[in-house]
Amino acid sequence: MKDLDFLTSTPSRQIDYEKFDTRLLDSVLENETSFLTCMSCGGCTATCSAGNLTNFNVRKIGLMLRRGEIDQLSVEIEKCMFCGKCTLVCPRDINIRNVVLLIKKGIALLKTENILS
Amino acid sequence: MMNKPRHIAVIGGGIAGMETASRLAQAGYKITLIEKERITGGHLTQWSHLFPDSSDPAIVVSRLSSALSHQNIKVITSTEITDISKNGQYFNLKSGSEMSLNADAIVVTSGFHLFDASRKEEYGYGLFDNVLTSADLELMMKNEKPIRTASGKKPRRIAIIHCVGSRDAKAGNTYCSKVCCITGIKQAIELNKRLPECEIFCFYMDLRLYGSSFDGLYLTAQQKHKVQFIRGRLSEAAEKPDKSLQIKAEDTLSGRPLRMDVDMIILLVGMEPGISHNNFSRNGSVQLDENGFLKCKDVHAARNLTTQTGIFMAGTCICPMSVSETLENARSAALEVINYFERKM
Ligand SMILES: Cc1cc2nc3c(=O)[nH]c(=O)nc-3n(C[C@H](O)[C@H](O)[C@H](O)COP(=O)(O)OP(=O)(O)OC[C@H]3O[C@@H](n4cnc5c(N)ncnc54)[C@H](O)[C@@H]3O)c2cc1C
Ligand code: SF4
Ligand code: SF4
Ligand code: SF4
Repeated sequence: MKDLDFLTSTPSRQIDYEKFDTRLLDSVLENETSFLTCMSCGGCTATCSAGNLTNFNVRKIGLMLRRGEIDQLSVEIEKCMFCGKCTLVCPRDINIRNVVLLIKKGIALLKTENILS
Repeated sequence: MMNKPRHIAVIGGGIAGMETASRLAQAGYKITLIEKERITGGHLTQWSHLFPDSSDPAIVVSRLSSALSHQNIKVITSTEITDISKNGQYFNLKSGSEMSLNADAIVVTSGFHLFDASRKEEYGYGLFDNVLTSADLELMMKNEKPIRTASGKKPRRIAIIHCVGSRDAKAGNTYCSKVCCITGIKQAIELNKRLPECEIFCFYMDLRLYGSSFDGLYLTAQQKHKVQFIRGRLSEAAEKPDKSLQIKAEDTLSGRPLRMDVDMIILLVGMEPGISHNNFSRNGSVQLDENGFLKCKDVHAARNLTTQTGIFMAGTCICPMSVSETLENARSAALEVINYFERKM
């Protein structure tokens, strides 16, 4: 993901709150406010079709989004199969499938912006 | 003091109603306590041991029962109040068309309703033989039945599932039932005492052990009873040909999906608003809060006052509570009723 290097600083052990890139998070929250209420229960991950076949973890997708780990996110997000099972089990009624969709769209947009600028 | 003793109707003969009735009777009021079941005691008549001290609930209930044999108290059982209304300066209570009675004030102590676990279809209650609720387990232990699978075997591994029907938008209840975490720990300990060879796992989202002695029980469960805790919400259970169960959750602390085979599942069912609440709120007598429990007049200053002057409330019809909280709450309701009549004179 060379073309996304501009989005993140060198990864380090420490979570540096000051360096979070919140652009993607902001755009997701704007369109899917339900995502605000995740309580990290892992119900989505347990039932996820992709997560049972690969090392994909949809709960961690949400976490990466919150931490602004956009380059990792752009790799992981490709594994989702859009089956919607996660949304069916979520105790907070979050439309997780839509969150994934919005992340994909947002990443595509960030990429285009970079090419254009 | 009073010319004619005031008459107070207490609706619901669980521990909240029993305590309120006996305190008010001691203060000189005339009480009618109405209970829909054959006997008083409410849910406590179904439980085996009480947290935090593993005591016998029958001790609490029999102490309250003997306080009910007071000249000022009349107990009516097998009668369900279906309607309350205001009639001039009296309140009128009805049980269908069979009974009608007037009172100067009402204390609602109608308690809670257990969440119906079959509503969480993916957990298999009512479909799979070895899926029980915490209430089923209490009754089994109370009746001193050995803990066995449906086919009569000693379970080797049991999973206790937290937050069933609570904190769950899909079940329509977003609030926390407050006492089920500690109930789960109590039951894990009791299971280990009966089945020392059996592995016990609690699947939780957050451990809400709010009581001052509850964390002590958590420690005991870990140290003495080898209970194991996995942070993750159960997504589903499936029955295998031999009637054991496979459960799926995420082990969120390691960040990986987890599968486990267990012989038995215990669902920690939540506390829902009592069914009678709908009757009482139907004609606007009392209002309900955002969770469907009885709404209080002021959450800080008037916890025992409903939105209708003269109708009071106590115990788990207000919100989930433990036994000690329920009893304290009932005593505070009695005090509010006494203040109400003293101000009136
Ligand atoms: C599985 C489980 C285990 C628990 N274990 C413990 C424990 O170990 N320790 C602890 O401290 N707490 C425990 N609790 C909590 C405890 O059960 C409650 O604190 C207690 O039952 C509350 O008493 P109550 O009188 O408010 O309600 P209830 O026990 O629900 O009593 C209400 C009564 O009102 C009656 N009633 C309702 N509507 C009407 C009507 N319209 N007319 C007439 N009568 C009516 C009902 O029949 C019932 O008898 C447990 C709860 C659960 C779910
Ligand atoms: S199921 Fe919902 S609340 Fe639970 S971790 Fe997934 S998104 Fe968050
Ligand atoms: S929609 Fe994607 S994230 Fe959700 S369960 Fe299906 S594969 Fe997993
Ligand atoms: S007390 Fe524990 S098990 Fe019960 S609803 Fe609250 S968090 Fe869940």
